[in-house]
Amino acid sequence: MLFALALIGMAFLVLPLAGLLIRAPWSTLPQRLGQPQVLEALRLSLVTATVATAACLVLGVPLAWLLARVPFPGRRLVRALVTIPLVLPPVVGGVALLLVLGRRGLVGQWLDTTFGFSLPFTTAGVVVAEAFVAMPFLVISVEGALRAADLRYEEAAATLGASRWTVFRRVTMPLIAPGIVAGAVLCWARALGEFGATITFAGNFPGRTQTMPLAVYLALETEPDAAIVLSLLLLVVSVAILAALRDRWVTTA
Amino acid sequence: MSDPHLRARLVVERPRFRLDVEFAAEAGQVIALLGPNGAGKTTALRALAGLTPLSAGDITLNGLALHTLPVERRPIGMVFQDYLLFPHLSALDNVAFGPRCHGASKQEARRTAAAWLERVGLAEQAASRPGRLSGGQAQRVALARALAAEPDLLLLDEPLAALDAHTRLEIRSRLRRHLGEFGGATVLVTHDPLDAMVLADHLVVVENGAVVQEGGPAEVARRPRTDYVARLVGLNLYRGEADEHHVTVGDVVFSVTERLRGPVFIAFPPSAVALFRSRPDGTPRNLWQATIEGIERHGDNVRVHLAGPLAAAADITPAAVADLDLTAGQAIWAAVKATETHAYPA
Repeated sequence: MLFALALIGMAFLVLPLAGLLIRAPWSTLPQRLGQPQVLEALRLSLVTATVATAACLVLGVPLAWLLARVPFPGRRLVRALVTIPLVLPPVVGGVALLLVLGRRGLVGQWLDTTFGFSLPFTTAGVVVAEAFVAMPFLVISVEGALRAADLRYEEAAATLGASRWTVFRRVTMPLIAPGIVAGAVLCWARALGEFGATITFAGNFPGRTQTMPLAVYLALETEPDAAIVLSLLLLVVSVAILAALRDRWVTTA
Repeated sequence: MSDPHLRARLVVERPRFRLDVEFAAEAGQVIALLGPNGAGKTTALRALAGLTPLSAGDITLNGLALHTLPVERRPIGMVFQDYLLFPHLSALDNVAFGPRCHGASKQEARRTAAAWLERVGLAEQAASRPGRLSGGQAQRVALARALAAEPDLLLLDEPLAALDAHTRLEIRSRLRRHLGEFGGATVLVTHDPLDAMVLADHLVVVENGAVVQEGGPAEVARRPRTDYVARLVGLNLYRGEADEHHVTVGDVVFSVTERLRGPVFIAFPPSAVALFRSRPDGTPRNLWQATIEGIERHGDNVRVHLAGPLAAAADITPAAVADLDLTAGQAIWAAVKATETHAYPA
């Protein structure tokens, strides 16, 4: 019984991917892949997901450190708030971003009048939407690594004269590196696949805000074969990244 | 006499525990905080380092109010019980960590570190990660790391506890040499009396968060003041009432060579106790009837644990055990020679 259920579960996860492979228009694949829109969407997706991940690292690792190491009143509440984007439907996230960062939004209005700069419907907006949705993955992963790390190494560093920043940079970070990499991979994968918040906040302009998932969705309505090709490409990129990092980092986490 | 190098009064309050100890050390002096597990020794050491906050008290080092400084600003070096070498850095970079934090350039720090590794005899292990070092090597790297920052106060937490017996012997004598060359004060924490006696000039015995005895190793070994210390140094210890050359402990009267009055301690080694099947003739002093509680091997001899008016240990030869036909539960007479007892004021 247990085996049967396990096999059904496995089939449920694997069959759709197999379907993608079976139905792929292999004969026209090379020429479809070479189409400028496809390459453009792929490039945009890779660039925005990477920039979003970098932003998440810069802000998320210190945030994880704060949540794991610095006791302050309301820490549990802050942790709950930080992880909300994890469970929030991405579309709702996109709407929320529009309300805050949109041209008429709370912060967006100020950005617009002060710097003449507006995020929605720009490539930067794509990065913001992806980072918003993906950062909790990084924060949770890094916070877990921080909690599991042996605090006494940091104490030892302090007795050697290391300031808090030096301890963090030279001891804490290297010790939790596997956790950071694992978190970054999750974060990147989530950003790469981001759809709802992106289309809501940044729209769907080819070459500017049309990432792979948006292109897939659009193609499915007009040209299903193109959608399959794009999906396949996205699948290959994700699996390749996962495989490349898994051996070196993720398994040691 | 000048002010001591280190003077500390440490009070740490915990829900079910209170540490309140006071001690001082000269420059170049090694003091050992000796005590059973849970006595608060490590807490005291962590308080000196600033890793555990003081509830009250103060620490002065060379006139510097140490307790007002955060950990990283204290001129200390600490060797942790399991060393805590940074696993992602080579032995060399571990040792260079302190000098780097104190503003040395990367090259300078590495030169200093290399010199320290050379001093502890590990120049060849410079590039090794801590995971590839043996226990004894890791201990020496940890010591070099603590000393490379040129501290005024060196703190050692059970420095030899993680080593096997053979390595321990070698590292103990090496450590003794390095401590001898160190110009600042050293505070080491141990539950091993041998480590304390070999490494320290001054013992501070801590039990239940308080200092119960302190003094030079020879003094502490000769005149224990608590059961714990007596057991550590292998003596039978009792508290009695002295009247000239007699000391009364419960129902037993001892003749002693010292002349004392009032409450005293009386101590004698297990080897001074003789056992007899029937009551020996002569003086009734230094003689009592006991029951055998247990018998065990002890080096080349046999240690007999006695219950009765005095709980005592007696070391006798295996031949004597056979002669006397000793078994647990048996009643026996025990006697001690007056010349082998030692009495001193309580």
